[in-house]
Amino acid sequence: MKEIVCISGKGGTGKSSVVSALAWIAKENLVVADCDVDAADLHLIFSPTARKSEDFYSGIKAEIDPAKCIGCGLCAQKCRFDAICRKDGVYEVSALDCEGCGYCYHICPTKAISLPEQLVGNCYTSDTRFNCSLVHAKLGIGADNSGKLVARVKNEAKVLAKKEEKDYLLVDGSPGIGCPVISSLSGADIVLMVTEPSLSAQSDLARLWELIQKFQISAACIINKADINPEISQTIRTWLQKEGIRHLADLPYSSDFQIAITNGQSVTEQNNTKWQPMFLKIWESLKEIQ
Amino acid sequence: MKIAFTASGDGWEAKIDPRFGRTDYILVYDEDTETLSCTDNRDIQQVAHGAGPKTSQLIFDLAPDILITGNGPGGNAAAILSQMNLKIYVGAGGMSIREAYQAYQNNQLKEGV
Amino acid sequence: MRIAIASGKGGTGKTTLAVNLALKLAENHSTALLDLDVEEPNSGIFLSGQDVQNLRAVRMVPQWDQKSCSLCGKCPTHCRYNAVIRLGDYIMVLPELCHSCYACSELCPDNALPMQEQSLGQIRHLRSGNLDFVESRLDIGLEQASPLIGQALDYADSHFENHKYQILDSPPGTSCAMISATKTADYAILISEPTPFGLYDLSLAVETMRHLEIDFGVVVNRWGIGNSDILDYLDKEHITLLAKIPHNREIAKSYSQGEILYQSFPEVDQAICMIIRHLEGIA
Repeated sequence: MKEIVCISGKGGTGKSSVVSALAWIAKENLVVADCDVDAADLHLIFSPTARKSEDFYSGIKAEIDPAKCIGCGLCAQKCRFDAICRKDGVYEVSALDCEGCGYCYHICPTKAISLPEQLVGNCYTSDTRFNCSLVHAKLGIGADNSGKLVARVKNEAKVLAKKEEKDYLLVDGSPGIGCPVISSLSGADIVLMVTEPSLSAQSDLARLWELIQKFQISAACIINKADINPEISQTIRTWLQKEGIRHLADLPYSSDFQIAITNGQSVTEQNNTKWQPMFLKIWESLKEIQ
Repeated sequence: MKIAFTASGDGWEAKIDPRFGRTDYILVYDEDTETLSCTDNRDIQQVAHGAGPKTSQLIFDLAPDILITGNGPGGNAAAILSQMNLKIYVGAGGMSIREAYQAYQNNQLKEGV
Repeated sequence: MRIAIASGKGGTGKTTLAVNLALKLAENHSTALLDLDVEEPNSGIFLSGQDVQNLRAVRMVPQWDQKSCSLCGKCPTHCRYNAVIRLGDYIMVLPELCHSCYACSELCPDNALPMQEQSLGQIRHLRSGNLDFVESRLDIGLEQASPLIGQALDYADSHFENHKYQILDSPPGTSCAMISATKTADYAILISEPTPFGLYDLSLAVETMRHLEIDFGVVVNRWGIGNSDILDYLDKEHITLLAKIPHNREIAKSYSQGEILYQSFPEVDQAICMIIRHLEGIA
């Protein structure tokens, strides 16, 4: 089984559109994992029906037992995140501010503080309109995506792909350059970067590449909306060549993408004659990468 | 020589886990005693951040001379491993432990940073 | 008045709106723009100006003092972030993972992990015409956006106290970083697109604002693509629609080159003016 991870650094470059277009092409032979948990949008295209839903616990936050608290205030004094305040004579933790460092837990003289794991969201395995399985997650407010959640979603999808005897795992990767992206990249065979010809996307692409190079992964790139700014597109192509990144395709700027999303479809099913050959070619080139 | 592998199972036929930090198992083959031992690392699934450093610490305690893995360690893990006298080979993702060991003996693996 | 510009996801035109709104406000009022999207600060692409101040933001991380250390082994158990690792008789600190909680340092019986300054990122204050612009940029490889966002906001507190408007370009999403950037705002402008993706992400941002109890309104960008479900949603939820910015390929091109939009596109100018009128109403 081959694992292909699609990432973009910056949001709004059309990464999820590309993932759903490719998924439609290869739907017989893959499982899809949505690790862009902060803005998980694939479910809007795939119309998933969850066949399995599990609570996801991650990270800890301090909790003060008012019955044991003697109000000494040591915790509030030591907390570097101003997360503990005195309210009506007792001390309370503000969940939004607590970073779960556990310092207060170690120093409380009456052991009034516990560090329960937090229920931060749900992880789903679903059947979809595409007839391929989708593994996805939803996080609550203020909960951060983490390497742990990404690993969980990918693991679930990997086990499924093996069980269903599929040859490919297609991952919609996390944004940014932090721990979730590292976890998205970890274990992947191919990374597909989706960028666009804007100054901001270009600088994000370079930051992302710096990170990818630390791993032993084959890299390819698609320039979306390439004709919006041919000069920047050319600069990006030259840069890709210099860095040894395969340039798979330039996609033209087209309202078809928005129309497809609006109809809850992938662009490859929406406008078959135009987009299917293009994405089929991209998919074939991806399959050839060793 | 002691050779460590990131693995998704126990035994010679298990596959290399291409992930470093979040590898399920670490297998160590001791060439002197010709024994293959297995360390369960599945608790790492509970770690939200910093899986790489945590696994590196385990590798340190196992004290191998060689590490064979898939994608290779990330920045933090690499920084820790560089404190050890350890040679890292990458690109063994998809191979079984047996195949990876043979590939290493035949100098077919890429040296990691 | 502190106004956060936020969106449920990236790429919806958040930075474009923040820059254009700030520049327009600066024509008549004392205004500051803070780019708090510290991992990917892009406002600077649209602005140039003269450096007023260039500060290195620092944070405190522990540094191992080998001579004092008795190798008791407590520090790795005190660190919840795997940032302190013991390798035999060597203690290694991984600053990228450290949250500066001080637990390992202050709980060390030998005082062998004193806290030291370490670079966190850069806070750069520029003056561009009438506009004060502050860009905060996290050092590559660092993950903790919130402390830098906090420092940039502190800078605004001490330097722009008397400014009529402070515009915050927040990080996208509904993560910790987004919350750190918006929680001190008096008002938030959420920007989205009239597509199912846009609507879904907007609903998450709306939930977040309600949770934080911040008053907010919505700007619909790229109006003309997609459908009008977003308007039905706003109506149903009794949310103020501040403006609609029409979709136009030329706008997209102009944006890609880092150009200021309201000067060339009357429809953008009109939308910005409508937003300002609303802000004046609540000020």
